[in-house]
Amino acid sequence: MKNLVKTLLGASIIALSAMPASAATLDDVKKAGTLRCGVNTGLPGFGYQGDDGEWLGFDVDYCRAVAAAVFDGDGTKVQFTPLSAVQRFPALQNNEVDLLARNTTWTMNRDTALGLNFVGVNYYDGQGFMVRKDLDVTSALQLSGATVCVQSGTTTELNLTDYFRSNNMEFQPVVIESQNDVNTAYEQGRCDVLTTDASGLYASRLELANPDEHVVLPEIISKEPLGPLVRQGDEQWFDIVKWVHFGLLNAEELGVNQDNVDEMVNSENPDVRRLLGQDGNFGADVGLTNDWMVKVIKAVGNYGEIFDRNIGPDTPLKIQRGLNALWTKGGLQYAPPVR
Amino acid sequence: MSEHVSAYVSQRELPRLPAPRSEAGLIATLRKNLFATPYDSVVTIVLGIFVVWLAWNLIEWGILTAVFTGANREACVPAEGQVIGACWAFVNAKMGQFIYGLYPVAERWRIDLVHLLLVVFAVPLAIPSVPWKRLNALLLFAVYPIVALVLMTGGDFGIGGGWISFLFAIAAFVAIAVAGTSLQVSERYVRIATWLATAAIIVLFASNIVRSESFRVLGFEFTALSLVSTLLAFGSVAASVAASVTNNQRLKVLVAPVVMLAVILFLSADFGLREVPTHLWGGLSLTLVVAITGIAASLPLGILLALGRRSHLPAIKLLSIIFIEFWRGVPLITVLFMSAFMIPLLLPDGVTFNNLLRALIGVALFSAAYLAEVIRGGLQAIQKGQFEGAQALGLSYWQMMRFIIMPQALKLVIPGIVNSFISMFKDTSLVYIIGLADLLGTVRRGFADPAWITPSTAATGLVFAGFVYWVFCFGMSRYSQFIERRLETGHRR
Amino acid sequence: MRDPKTRGLIIQIVLIIAITAFAAWLISNTMQNLTRSKIASGFGFLNYRAGFDIGQVPIDYTANSSYGRALVVGIVNTILVSGAGIALATIVGFIVGIARLSHNYLLRGLATIYVETFRNIPPLLVILFWYFGVLTVLPLPKDAIEFPLSTYLSNRGLQMPAARFDAIAIWSVLALIAGIVGAWLLSRRARAMQLQTGQRPSILWPVLGLLIGLPLVVFAVTGFPMTFEIPKATRFNLSGGWHVRPEFLALFLALSFYTAAFIAEIVRAGIIAVSKGQTEAASALGLSRRLTLRLVVVPQAFRVIIPPLTSQYLNLTKNSSLGLAVGYPELVAIGSTVLNQTGQSVEVVAIWMLSYLGLSLSVAAFMNWFNARAALVER
Repeated sequence: MKNLVKTLLGASIIALSAMPASAATLDDVKKAGTLRCGVNTGLPGFGYQGDDGEWLGFDVDYCRAVAAAVFDGDGTKVQFTPLSAVQRFPALQNNEVDLLARNTTWTMNRDTALGLNFVGVNYYDGQGFMVRKDLDVTSALQLSGATVCVQSGTTTELNLTDYFRSNNMEFQPVVIESQNDVNTAYEQGRCDVLTTDASGLYASRLELANPDEHVVLPEIISKEPLGPLVRQGDEQWFDIVKWVHFGLLNAEELGVNQDNVDEMVNSENPDVRRLLGQDGNFGADVGLTNDWMVKVIKAVGNYGEIFDRNIGPDTPLKIQRGLNALWTKGGLQYAPPVR
Repeated sequence: MSEHVSAYVSQRELPRLPAPRSEAGLIATLRKNLFATPYDSVVTIVLGIFVVWLAWNLIEWGILTAVFTGANREACVPAEGQVIGACWAFVNAKMGQFIYGLYPVAERWRIDLVHLLLVVFAVPLAIPSVPWKRLNALLLFAVYPIVALVLMTGGDFGIGGGWISFLFAIAAFVAIAVAGTSLQVSERYVRIATWLATAAIIVLFASNIVRSESFRVLGFEFTALSLVSTLLAFGSVAASVAASVTNNQRLKVLVAPVVMLAVILFLSADFGLREVPTHLWGGLSLTLVVAITGIAASLPLGILLALGRRSHLPAIKLLSIIFIEFWRGVPLITVLFMSAFMIPLLLPDGVTFNNLLRALIGVALFSAAYLAEVIRGGLQAIQKGQFEGAQALGLSYWQMMRFIIMPQALKLVIPGIVNSFISMFKDTSLVYIIGLADLLGTVRRGFADPAWITPSTAATGLVFAGFVYWVFCFGMSRYSQFIERRLETGHRR
Repeated sequence: MRDPKTRGLIIQIVLIIAITAFAAWLISNTMQNLTRSKIASGFGFLNYRAGFDIGQVPIDYTANSSYGRALVVGIVNTILVSGAGIALATIVGFIVGIARLSHNYLLRGLATIYVETFRNIPPLLVILFWYFGVLTVLPLPKDAIEFPLSTYLSNRGLQMPAARFDAIAIWSVLALIAGIVGAWLLSRRARAMQLQTGQRPSILWPVLGLLIGLPLVVFAVTGFPMTFEIPKATRFNLSGGWHVRPEFLALFLALSFYTAAFIAEIVRAGIIAVSKGQTEAASALGLSRRLTLRLVVVPQAFRVIIPPLTSQYLNLTKNSSLGLAVGYPELVAIGSTVLNQTGQSVEVVAIWMLSYLGLSLSVAAFMNWFNARAALVER
């Protein structure tokens, strides 16, 4: 009896990992010494673990960029929490992560009713379809009557219904909880069509046994602006993450990259000088150091470098910049100036 | 009467049966057991063909056409016209992950040590003839969890004053339970100890709501209120000691507080182990962690609930019934969802629990309800005379339970507890729902690895996982039957 | 304090106060947290448009229906798969349980292997095995395995012709109901006669006539108001007809075969529990083996079997929530979608728990009623 009672005590001690937190996220992060970042459970190119368990990807680099801004250039002080689609919002709401960078679509409902704030769009995406080549389908409009595999609890599930309905087509949904299982079901022929964000399709295709036997259809049926989010109610933290994102874009626009950032500090260009903290007091105004952007770029590079390293044409995903090119190059990525 | 003769009963004598055939020898045995009647013969032949067919298919799939070695999927992808069965190479390549999850390779020895210690402590306890059961149980249930916790996480916990006062309050209550149920005791001091411990809990709650000055004592960070609470808990322990009459009793009372002190020091000590966050835990080791912690943590609560359900106090009985039936009425998945999504909402702002701990809380509450029913069965099996005898001796309720009833009841329900543990072990496979990768979860993550996608990967992985679960559960169920047979000879009427 | 009654009262009051205070603390925390993080609360979302489609819709549902309706679809699907699972599990369980006691070595051995295999692996694994393991083996719809009567099996499931009835077919249903009532009256009369005379009149043919013949005749008179919808191959799938999806099949078969192993053990224990004297007395009376089983052993075994059988039925119902893992749209799967679309975790979890409690209580209530009927009526 007595010993059994003690077992309970033993078990309750794991409870020691409970941690207090307060409203000022920046202070909490600094005090904890790590940034807690929610990422995908495994989406090649965006958020996944390499063979040795190290986290890699486009969204993961956003976490590292914020960590570099907060921790004086140390982009490794991040604790990654892999989150499923269902888990991601509660995890951020309940203060289990400080930042959610998990290819999440910005919608009005999520921005307003969930107590969350999107800081910007780091990837303009749209929903697409993938089918087997041997079905000879060339357009999504030929898909009437098909069986479609989709992950549950995503915006894609809703867009799918809307698209087929508005085109007077029928379909049979197969809705599965994890993207891995959705891919497996598609692979095994449970469904004819796999649908998710186009970026996700390219990633999923890599996970198929024979990627060449599958094609991504040209139609993009929805707007999927993906971006990082933070909790509502902490304006300072919101500003920090937002301006790390804008800073990365501005750096690309101004030609500041990982290699030349040390020289660019001495640049005469007033825009570059403000961005890199040579003029003005911009970093300090959000509670960082004035050379915050130098640290960020040294750690992860500018937006273009992050894109190219993880998902660009030279990676297995081979994604073109397209909508994600800077506004100066015909894309949509446009950041307010540092001034 | 005579008109009520049933139509079922024969009206005439049945024809005499022929003398029985020889009952000895292999042929006779076979005939008796396989071909006794024409119907039997047909069944035997049909089943025989089925068994041969099944066995052949299994051998063909698992051995003859299986692939045992290979570095990636190339080995298991069938060439044109070739048939490939199981892809054991996949299991082989992923074995490390199946056992350790994503635990860093350099630190895996710690998991091995934890498993080894489990075997060293649990096996002697399970064999009835090995002596020193008391010490052994103490090692397994009190020392082992703490050691395992430190080994797996890396230890070096920053324990604050709130937790210290909480742990000492628990220790104070255990001390009261030990002192209060002793056969000779000073009632007055027990009452003082109870009041002090209750006060400690109340102040502890207050310290969570009211912010007070914080300072460091002996290297631990206390707030003023949590310090008060800790002191109250110490006072309670002192009163419990004062309540005891003999030296032996005083020692027993002091066990819990001293153990707690050791635990706190041990947990906050730095052993130079690298910290391994729980989201890297996985595979079979996580399955064991969840199942064992779940069952161990739920046992005390299960005992209390079982006693509560048999209590004569209507409110306590009703609350116990509601609690038990609630958890028994809902599926574990919803409990896990609840612990993942709702526990953070139920706690005050700023307190967060880690994902694994939340799952453990859900699992423990769930299994406590089932254990309560098992233990209630044991309590009901105790003869009324035992209760009456204890009361006739003038024992109080808790003394009766501690010295007379529970030792008998718990022994009777060991098979039931083992069976609950088997269920728990199987049910841990659901934790993948909240993002933990147990054995089945890691196997399934393996399916998604592009390096291993083949038509037979999924089936092979599932068969392997099934076999591992089967070995554990079958072993435990045999053990439970063994204990049941042992108990039957001794105790049953 | 000295009086046990007073002490009991005080303990109870203190406990109730403590629990109420604890509950109030939790609730106030929750309210604070919800307001602080600006999460919407309340059950208003149940009326909002759901906007997603569901694979298996036994009742009217489109993407334009409400979240509440979607959850109802989930409950109906849960009941469907549980009901079907309970039926098959009971049949398989009884067969295997009786086979476990057979004199035939082989039969007994196979039954034992079956029980020991399925009892010792997690149900989730069985479900996944049926879904992913077996799905791989089945062909694509264009190469579907064809059975007689236009029935096809492929990795899209089982498709067979569906009967579509006209409105006039209601008369056949009414005839069937009349037949059932008639058959019941007949068997009552036969019973009464048996008690009076000791002879039981054979009512097999009249009963069959009433149950099958009467509805058939009415069906013919009304002019066979029925058409068959036969599955046709479309570009992607076979469409039309009656479609059993692989998710349902996997969950249904897995739950049935898993639970059957437990039921088999219960049945075996129940039969063993009937004392040998009963069997001997029955054969002394000259009852055949079959009649002994039917009239003596099974009714007594039932009393032992029903309570644990009830808890197995409850387990099966609760385990149907594992359909989430293979995308069977039952209550938890649909609820998790709703949870994710609305973010209202507290409400969804509450709906889950209340629904399962309701289901569990109704199964338990039904089985208790059945148990009371089967219970030994002592003099």
